[in-house]
Amino acid sequence: MNPVNYIYLAALLFTIGATGVLIRRNAIVVFMCIELMLNACNLTLVAFSRMHGNLDGQIIAFFTMVVAAAEVVVGLAIIVSLFRSRHSASVDDASLMKL
Amino acid sequence: MNAQLAAYSTSTGEAFQFWVLGTVAVIGALCTVFMKKAVHSALCLAGTMIVLAVFYLANGAYFLGVVQIVVYTGAIMMLFLFVVMLVGVTAADSLRETIKGQRWLALLCGLGFGILLVAGIGNASLNEFNGLTEANANGNVEGLATLLFSKYVFAFEITGALLITAAVGAMVLTHRERTERAKTQRELAEQRVREGKHLPPLPAPGVYARHNAVDIAGLLPDGTPSELTVSKTLRERGQIRDVSTEAISDLKALEQRAKDRLERTNSGEASQ
Repeated sequence: MNPVNYIYLAALLFTIGATGVLIRRNAIVVFMCIELMLNACNLTLVAFSRMHGNLDGQIIAFFTMVVAAAEVVVGLAIIVSLFRSRHSASVDDASLMKL
Repeated sequence: MNAQLAAYSTSTGEAFQFWVLGTVAVIGALCTVFMKKAVHSALCLAGTMIVLAVFYLANGAYFLGVVQIVVYTGAIMMLFLFVVMLVGVTAADSLRETIKGQRWLALLCGLGFGILLVAGIGNASLNEFNGLTEANANGNVEGLATLLFSKYVFAFEITGALLITAAVGAMVLTHRERTERAKTQRELAEQRVREGKHLPPLPAPGVYARHNAVDIAGLLPDGTPSELTVSKTLRERGQIRDVSTEAISDLKALEQRAKDRLERTNSGEASQ
């Protein structure tokens, strides 16, 4: 098997995630789709790290994971505070800057 | 198969693993997008992430594979599930479209984007394949640590600042400052008397002898459900079950059955 297949798989996962962000209206599910896209990028980085034979790609994937963790913490806090003020997690309901 | 091609491709076992687990990953990703309930989406995403962890291990990224399981499926997905439980499990997505034809346009955009990505990868000249045996010679974790604390040490330090900022940000966003002292039980009781409404405790939910679940509003003497009996959280989520019409429908069914029987006996007498 050609290791480029890993990159094709990552592209497929990224596409599915991007489509999900466009389709879904529940803020939590949109957020999960973003996580899926980040994971697809990580798979690409790891596969490239193996192809080029050095560990720099893995280091960048590691940093992506750290940034993703920080992003999840802040994003979920935003969703929780949105839910508190609007009693809904739908992104359509969050159409005003202020209640 | 010449030697260069042999060096360029992976083992048969890995190919088998790729095709089986890759299918699972794609199905999990599709389920994440198309499942109606957020809980199911979260579980499907967790499955996809575990499969990706196996792929990291297969690609020689042993440290990242373990971190993926511990941090992503262990911590981040559990955080997601926690928030899903907080926001309401049964709150399904509304299927009403706010922008006309948005869904089909989004699917079309996704398809085009996917074709673009795949075509781009197909045209790229990715014919380098070195493998990680040399880089992982002293162990994967040691190799990563050497790079992390020499070449990427500045980025690593900045990551620390980012994590602290994120933690403070999450606290600022979710923490509500209490500006006055919490009221004692005595003060609350006095306030209730002063306001003159709901002196006794709130009425209990449920219709006894029929249903006494907490999500069923108690009925007033005239048969209308009283929202006051259901907990505030359920009320805000709109998860109140209404049984006020059940008695009437039961009665209707009873009357219908009685009528049927009467008709049967009447027709039986007529035929004799």
